[in-house]
Amino acid sequence: MALRQFGAAAAVTTALAFAASPAHAVTEIQWWHAMTGPNNDVVVKLANDFNATQSDYKIVPSYKGSYPDTLNAGIAAFRAGNAPGIMQVFEVGTATMMSAKGAIKPVFELMKEQGETFDPQSYLPAITGYYSTAKGDMLSFPFNSSSMVMWVNLDALKKADIPEPPKTWPEVFADAKKLHATSPTCGFSSSWVTWGFIEQFNAWHNQPIGTKANGLDGFDTVLEFNSPLETKLLENLVELQKDKSYDYSGRTNTGEGRFTSGECPLYMSSSAFYPNVKANAKFTYTAVPMPYFPDVAGAPQNSIIGGASLWVMGGKSAEEYKGIAKFFTFLSDTDRQVYLHEVSGYLPITKAAYEKTKESGFYDKNPILEVPLKELTNKPPTENSRGLRFGGMVQMRDVWSEEIEAALGGKKSAKEALDAAVSRGNQMLRQFERTAAK
Amino acid sequence: MVEHRRFGNLLPHIVLLIGVAIVAFPVYLAVIGSTHNDVVISNGQMPLYPGSHGIETYWKTIVSGTGKTTREPVGSMLISSLIMAVGIAVGKIAISIISAYAVVFFSFPFRMTTFWIIFVTLMLPVEVRIFPTYKIASDLHLLDSYSGLILPLIASATATLLFRQFFMTIPKELVEASKMDGAGPIRFFFDTLLPLSMTNIAALFVILFIYGWNQYLWPLLITTRDDMQTIVIGIKKIIDVKDALTEWSVAMATAVLAMLPPVAVVVLMQRLFVKGLIETEK
Amino acid sequence: MENRAIFSGRLLAPLLVLPQLAVSLIFFYWPAAQALWQSFLVQDAFGLSTEFVWLENYVALLKTPEYYHSIGVTFVFSTLVVAFSLAIGLLLAVMANRNIKGVQIYRTFLIIPYAVAPAVASVLFIFMFQPGLGMIARALQRAGIDWNPVLNGNHAMILVVIAAVWNQISYNFLFFLAGLQAIPKSVIEAAAIDGARPWRRFWTIVFPLLSPTTFFLIVVNITYAFFNTLGIIDTATEGGPNAATQTLVYKVFQDGKAGADLGSSAAQSVILMIIVIVLTAVQFRYVEKKVHY
Repeated sequence: MALRQFGAAAAVTTALAFAASPAHAVTEIQWWHAMTGPNNDVVVKLANDFNATQSDYKIVPSYKGSYPDTLNAGIAAFRAGNAPGIMQVFEVGTATMMSAKGAIKPVFELMKEQGETFDPQSYLPAITGYYSTAKGDMLSFPFNSSSMVMWVNLDALKKADIPEPPKTWPEVFADAKKLHATSPTCGFSSSWVTWGFIEQFNAWHNQPIGTKANGLDGFDTVLEFNSPLETKLLENLVELQKDKSYDYSGRTNTGEGRFTSGECPLYMSSSAFYPNVKANAKFTYTAVPMPYFPDVAGAPQNSIIGGASLWVMGGKSAEEYKGIAKFFTFLSDTDRQVYLHEVSGYLPITKAAYEKTKESGFYDKNPILEVPLKELTNKPPTENSRGLRFGGMVQMRDVWSEEIEAALGGKKSAKEALDAAVSRGNQMLRQFERTAAK
Repeated sequence: MVEHRRFGNLLPHIVLLIGVAIVAFPVYLAVIGSTHNDVVISNGQMPLYPGSHGIETYWKTIVSGTGKTTREPVGSMLISSLIMAVGIAVGKIAISIISAYAVVFFSFPFRMTTFWIIFVTLMLPVEVRIFPTYKIASDLHLLDSYSGLILPLIASATATLLFRQFFMTIPKELVEASKMDGAGPIRFFFDTLLPLSMTNIAALFVILFIYGWNQYLWPLLITTRDDMQTIVIGIKKIIDVKDALTEWSVAMATAVLAMLPPVAVVVLMQRLFVKGLIETEK
Repeated sequence: MENRAIFSGRLLAPLLVLPQLAVSLIFFYWPAAQALWQSFLVQDAFGLSTEFVWLENYVALLKTPEYYHSIGVTFVFSTLVVAFSLAIGLLLAVMANRNIKGVQIYRTFLIIPYAVAPAVASVLFIFMFQPGLGMIARALQRAGIDWNPVLNGNHAMILVVIAAVWNQISYNFLFFLAGLQAIPKSVIEAAAIDGARPWRRFWTIVFPLLSPTTFFLIVVNITYAFFNTLGIIDTATEGGPNAATQTLVYKVFQDGKAGADLGSSAAQSVILMIIVIVLTAVQFRYVEKKVHY
């Protein structure tokens, strides 16, 4: 009885779906994304604006949960034959996506096939590099990008008699200890622990995380970040954690409130934390580039990005691809990029948008927003700082976090933890290589 | 009443007061949280009494949405949740009561096998078999439909187990008496068993309604349309922000709104539930 | 099982079980079988390349120390959640079963949290226990306790246990109360006349009469602790720190996330299925013998 009702409901739903299609066929393009709050509004606005400019295509955005959830949902949908047209995937999912030949449609290919004007040179290399092949072919379309910066509570520094924000790691360690006197529960803290202390740290010091240009040149990459330099950083943090001069705030950005509340005067986090700081911090603050070890030759190099890009899924109709290509052209528009940059705090992806924002004097008023751009463009990227391409990176980040937590919690020494992170990571890489190579 | 000592009544009061305090405090904080502004909350300076931003927050949550460019349709989220929750509750009760009836009161081939087949489903909730279940729902064209939201979730043994436990406490004499009156299995079910089960059905409805209402992973995966979004996903959407200010006040207001309908059901059904129990005792 | 089969309906009975069987087979057994099949495969995330590897996923799994760690975590977590939520639920139910003033108000309050979704409950507890933000976290810190669930595994465990127990108390309370109210007053009165003290009366008369409820609740609570807490753990700790709250189910979820290692994830869910089916079967047979119907 109940079954029949559900069957009927399903039939009605299907009938309605057919009835709803108008004579003029509008191609619907599903866009799955992970944007929440104000950024979700931006996504919806972009879709609405695009839909208003023409009547052939309709972009339908759907929120699918956190970044991993969205990737999960997209993969599940693909396996079930229901992949969306466009999928937003966070930067660490890049290797997973690009290895799936047939499941995805590379963006450079799409744009060429659909005859959209597309000049890879017009995009900021520091950003597109992360999402391009070793040859420079752009695989996915950068959507929201950020980098890591050091957020500084200037009032607290003053109180602790620290004249200026720290530039180097030794200065950070010393300042954290000084700050401990005035803020006993936390001198310095951070979000996104692996992104900051492993991924950014190594790029910023021009050190490899893995062989084969951090995996960009092949899946047979081997992790090697258990270096003396990395160990030195972690050992210092472990030491500071003991009296909370440094205090761990979790793997993601849930601890960011500790900066805005004034509890942690030094806080390493994403540059996209800016709108949050602006809204919540009741003290003078600034953001400075990430610290570096001055004894490392060539440091600082350049930072890498975080955030997400838009992947086009494979096996879609020509009509859908046409619409997606047009949508990407729409997104690349300079004024639109400028607007997105200024409203969301994410970085512009085209050179023109960066220049235009600069000329408008926006950075004079908002110097903090230029810090990540300066970090990214500090020096031409090397093979250590172009980006990362490790298969199974989503899980690997969890494993690395676990080991860092073990070290900070006093369960393992810094070296032991890093060795374990590397060996467990390598196991995952081999597992990935085995399935992806075919 | 067995005891009438004053001291005997003091202990229950103390224990229950502590219990209520523990159990109500987080909910109370959510209500309080929805009346303060986000800066105060994010900075950990929220007091224990209500703030002055309540109306503004609820207006923002229900009417104007969290941003200026979109509306968070909390109303439509509530309707989606309601359809799903009622569908799951009714569906589960319907299929469970008849199968429990068959298992307890009938002798038929593979009776125990049937029971075990159903019983084992208690063990593996949808989270563990999410990928294959999604694939099957997709093959059956159930994505983006209420049938897809509801059907896979009514496969569980909880309700059957409860009805079975209850049916087994029904005195054999009652069934025999009914049989002597010339009642067949269908008449016995409708005239005797169903009325006796009303309190259990009410209790189960409460439980299953909540179960349905609280689903997270499945609706997130199976629906791609915003207008089918349930409120539990809506809350996550507000809390699980990336690179943005967590709007704790809106989150707490949405949490409060998400709690209201099931709380109403629980409270209203509770009366029926207790009343039914007292009547059977007479 | 006591045979109360009274009707013989060779046609009707199968018809009655058909809807439930159909739904179970389509949405439970079929996916479970697919999970079993998957556990013998090594596959990429998108299912584009597949290799049949027999038991390799299982062998690899049983070689990783993390898996045994996760078993330990699950044991500690489930024991704590089941014990506390049952004990507190029973205590409150016994108290609320007394004929005291305002008992209705107590009951209503105690049932309300039952309506809170695990995802929401978890958010409520983060709201209280997150260092820096949470009211209780701040109070603990002022009291000199270095409350730090993001780094201290025991604190993280305490946090998820509290949230899970809180979420489950009402359910147990509700069922114990129903069970208590179903016990005829005459039975208790008879015992009181015999001179049995309340404490003794409870354990010798009331508690055994509650055994069907208790049995049902134990099964449900173990299932709850094993599976339904995934949302709580995911929201509150994500299995961390250093895998201190990584239960078996969470590990299944984490390893299968984004299709990274579906084979291992499937193997884990198969092992989990077997463990729980055996556990339940043993418990079911053992308890059934002692339970008074």
